[in-house]
Amino acid sequence: MNAPLRRVGVVVLVLFALLFLNLNYRQVVKADDYRTDSHNARVQTTEYEHPRGKIADAKGTVLADAQATGDSLKYLRTYPLKDEYAHLLGYKPVNLASTNLEKLNNDFLTGTSDKQAVDRLTGMFTGKEPAGGNVLLTISKAAQDTAYQALGTNKLKVKSGAIVAMDPSTGGLLAEVSLPSYDPNLLSTHDTGAALANYKALNTDPGKPLLNRAVQEVYPPGSTFKVIVSAAAMTADSSLTPSTVVPGGEYYKPPQVSDFQIKNSHTGVCPDQITVKQALTVSCNTVFARMGVERIGADKLKSMAQAFGFEQEPRLVEDQDRNYCGIVASHTGPMTSSDGRVDPPAVAQSSIGQREVKMSPLQGAMIAATVANDGKQMRPYVVDRLQNSDLSIADHTEPKTLRTPITADVAHELQDMMFSVVSSDDGTGKSARISGLQVGGKTGTAQDGEDAEDHGWFIGFALKDGKPIISVAVFLQNAGKGGSGEAARIAGLVMKAYADEKGIR
Amino acid sequence: MTATAIPAPSPTGGGAGVPAPAKPRTRRNVELLLLLFVIGILAVFAAVVEGNAVGKVTSDFWVQIALVGAVFVVAHIGIRIFAPYADPVILPAVALINGLGVAFLRRLDLAYAKVAHRADPGIFGGDSFRQLGWTAAAVVGAIALLIIVRDHRSLSRYAYTLGLAGIVLVLIPAVLPSQYSAINGAKLWIKLPGFTIQPGEFAKICLLVFFAYYLVRKREVLSLASKRFLGIDFPRGRDLGPVVGVWLMSLMVLVFEKDLGTSLMYFGLFVVTLYIATERVSWLIIGLVLFLGGAFLAYFLGKTIGGPFLNFSERATTWLDPFGDANNKGYQLVQSLLGLGTGGLTGTGPGAGQPTKVPEVRTDFIFSGMGEEIGLFGLTALLVVYVLIVERGLRSAINVRDSFGKLFAGGLSFTIGLQVFVIVGGISQLIPLTGQTTPFLSAGGSSLVANWLLIGLLLRISDAGRRPADGTPSIGLGGISVGGGGGAPVQLKEMPTEVVR
Repeated sequence: MNAPLRRVGVVVLVLFALLFLNLNYRQVVKADDYRTDSHNARVQTTEYEHPRGKIADAKGTVLADAQATGDSLKYLRTYPLKDEYAHLLGYKPVNLASTNLEKLNNDFLTGTSDKQAVDRLTGMFTGKEPAGGNVLLTISKAAQDTAYQALGTNKLKVKSGAIVAMDPSTGGLLAEVSLPSYDPNLLSTHDTGAALANYKALNTDPGKPLLNRAVQEVYPPGSTFKVIVSAAAMTADSSLTPSTVVPGGEYYKPPQVSDFQIKNSHTGVCPDQITVKQALTVSCNTVFARMGVERIGADKLKSMAQAFGFEQEPRLVEDQDRNYCGIVASHTGPMTSSDGRVDPPAVAQSSIGQREVKMSPLQGAMIAATVANDGKQMRPYVVDRLQNSDLSIADHTEPKTLRTPITADVAHELQDMMFSVVSSDDGTGKSARISGLQVGGKTGTAQDGEDAEDHGWFIGFALKDGKPIISVAVFLQNAGKGGSGEAARIAGLVMKAYADEKGIR
Repeated sequence: MTATAIPAPSPTGGGAGVPAPAKPRTRRNVELLLLLFVIGILAVFAAVVEGNAVGKVTSDFWVQIALVGAVFVVAHIGIRIFAPYADPVILPAVALINGLGVAFLRRLDLAYAKVAHRADPGIFGGDSFRQLGWTAAAVVGAIALLIIVRDHRSLSRYAYTLGLAGIVLVLIPAVLPSQYSAINGAKLWIKLPGFTIQPGEFAKICLLVFFAYYLVRKREVLSLASKRFLGIDFPRGRDLGPVVGVWLMSLMVLVFEKDLGTSLMYFGLFVVTLYIATERVSWLIIGLVLFLGGAFLAYFLGKTIGGPFLNFSERATTWLDPFGDANNKGYQLVQSLLGLGTGGLTGTGPGAGQPTKVPEVRTDFIFSGMGEEIGLFGLTALLVVYVLIVERGLRSAINVRDSFGKLFAGGLSFTIGLQVFVIVGGISQLIPLTGQTTPFLSAGGSSLVANWLLIGLLLRISDAGRRPADGTPSIGLGGISVGGGGGAPVQLKEMPTEVVR
């Protein structure tokens, strides 16, 4: 019986060798995966061992803070301004996934980013407790506060909408608000059960408060799209100027089409002969529908829209690779019929920002900013500087020119036309006027299906002595009658607040 | 004549004609030295644990180690007296694992204690102290076994009684209502007010006695009568009866007690003793096919009709993809893997990890809890110590002269190895997870006592194997004179049973 006993010994050795090999796989090969797995609660405790870095606006107002707790997770993430910054900052919960800027800057906020290597090294020698770095934003407190207040208390009692404001010369975001909002403190609480319940409640809320309407959704832009049509027309034919007289009228029928026509929003605003500038001022649909079909054509219209950024996600500079902020692209649609040929009625409808044209509020602000910045479109960004825990600067974002869709001449002509929208007494955007600043813009009223109320839009900018100060897009979802006027009024308040904060006016 | 399989004690040849052999060495001092070394390791472990977990090494960090060390020294003295020729490596190896178990439970006690009390942890309380108490009881039991069983062959007289007792012990939890027998879905316990007993731990020793006895009697029939197929000798159909019987029993365990591990233990045990007895590889193949077939059938039935098979198929699903349901069914395994992974190559150091994140870390998952702190290096060392125990046990089986002893010792050794494989393989996702205890390491009295009894029997057999056959009445060694102690076993001289072949 000794031979089988020896063989059993070998069998046992083989079994243990299997255990050994498997442990090697688990503890060496898969070690890093397991160590950083989101189910690994050890990662959490380590993360909460030191205060997470703060997020602050351009003036240093703390928007996301770390509060000592005294329990095993030593620091609680708090958002002192609650709903106002929910969509911009995102949130950092214990068990759930973090979002937006909290997710994008997680490494730096926890202090483990490559950019902080030197900081960590000196900390090791000086014995300083490791801490996360701070993230400083381009956000203007005045613009953001005003945007949040004005949108929340709009006269039409619209519940949902969004505002994006940016610095046209840099692309830095000055305000980003989406309504309805939520309190991110509900999700960052250390009571993980409550956090999960709160998340589920928010996620199933019919008002969709978790959705960031400023950048994550696209809506029909309505007449604001006429800025693109004007740009395309004047670029295609340099003889066309704001003062060129073009045919208008109450109706427009595309050639060789019998059962389709474009109307104006009100009768009487659009005479048969009208200047391009006046057509934009009163938002004459027939002029721009005709322009789109007969002067520009689908291809050039689409390529101008793309030159302004349609069909591409306008990702933030610092979020270029991953798009953690979930920014979506705006679209023009194909403007063709089912057989693939250009469809004149589709082009006519698209030219007034309907049909399949969809735009995000961020894209709207970028269009206004491009016009204000003499045709140069800047890539948007929101993180201005990354600051080490010792307050030295670890990194800062350089503004980047994204593209130049129009020449400076065309941009100046568009500015002239958009000033008229605000400054003329018959202009649709006159409630955006601010004394001491040159304000330009374009309103939009967009149909949203048969049963729903129209969206209200305003995209615009303010210049001081020809220099761009701020551009803004205001979107009021299903606002109904008077939506675009109210949007213009709110846009004026935001731009005025920013100019006052800067002492420009 | 199969009767010779149990050698009758025959009188010694008087010893007159034997030339004076070299003085047999008991190696007891080697054992003591190794034991002191082990206690040293344990003390260092305990100190590092306190340094890491409390922040400073308290003045009484050594007390529990000293107590458990004293228990092991008592075991050593017991062996010196009652089994002086026993293998010198087995006790220190077991002591190391058992001591690490106590020290690690102490470390968990510290982790579960409130922060305020952590700096001044009590000695006499918590799981570690309970485990220490069980260790003492188990060692006393093992020594008592050494005293009562002076000759392992005497066990064969009670083979049928023990076999029946084993089956009863296995089946009690299965027939008891769930509220008296089920913990975490597996019906393996007898719940009494205050504590629980895991009868299966004791059953395996009882059954092993019966298997060994039965197979020694039947080995000719089982090994000689065969049909050759594909170059392998297969047994006759009617001789398959017993193996099929045990197979059915283990499948019943699988289905009604919902425990793959225990079922695998019994069946593996039987097949391996059968193989050792008959030297027929065909039995291993038949056993493996039967078991894998049975497990696969249970999985398939669980997937399709559910019912009593559902538990097993769910476990198998979890095994295949634990991260698919990481917060619910896969939670235990996932947390175990994350603990192992966090430990990595070198571990966080004793006391510096967070083993409490692993569920059931005191019992089933103690190995992954330790893996976080001692890393792959430490776990490998632990595995080597287990292998050492198993291989020394098998060596004892080879040394002992009678067939019953060989089979019994071989089975006992393999039991330990298989149990370690089943549980460590389970917690590291090598095989489906089952609720086995890690021998000598896990918290729990039943497992500890049963495994120490098992070690007591192994020591008894190794003593018989290494004892000089000439019946030297007493041995003097290192100044300690030990009496023959009633002398019954030493006077026996066995004929090597291998002559049957």
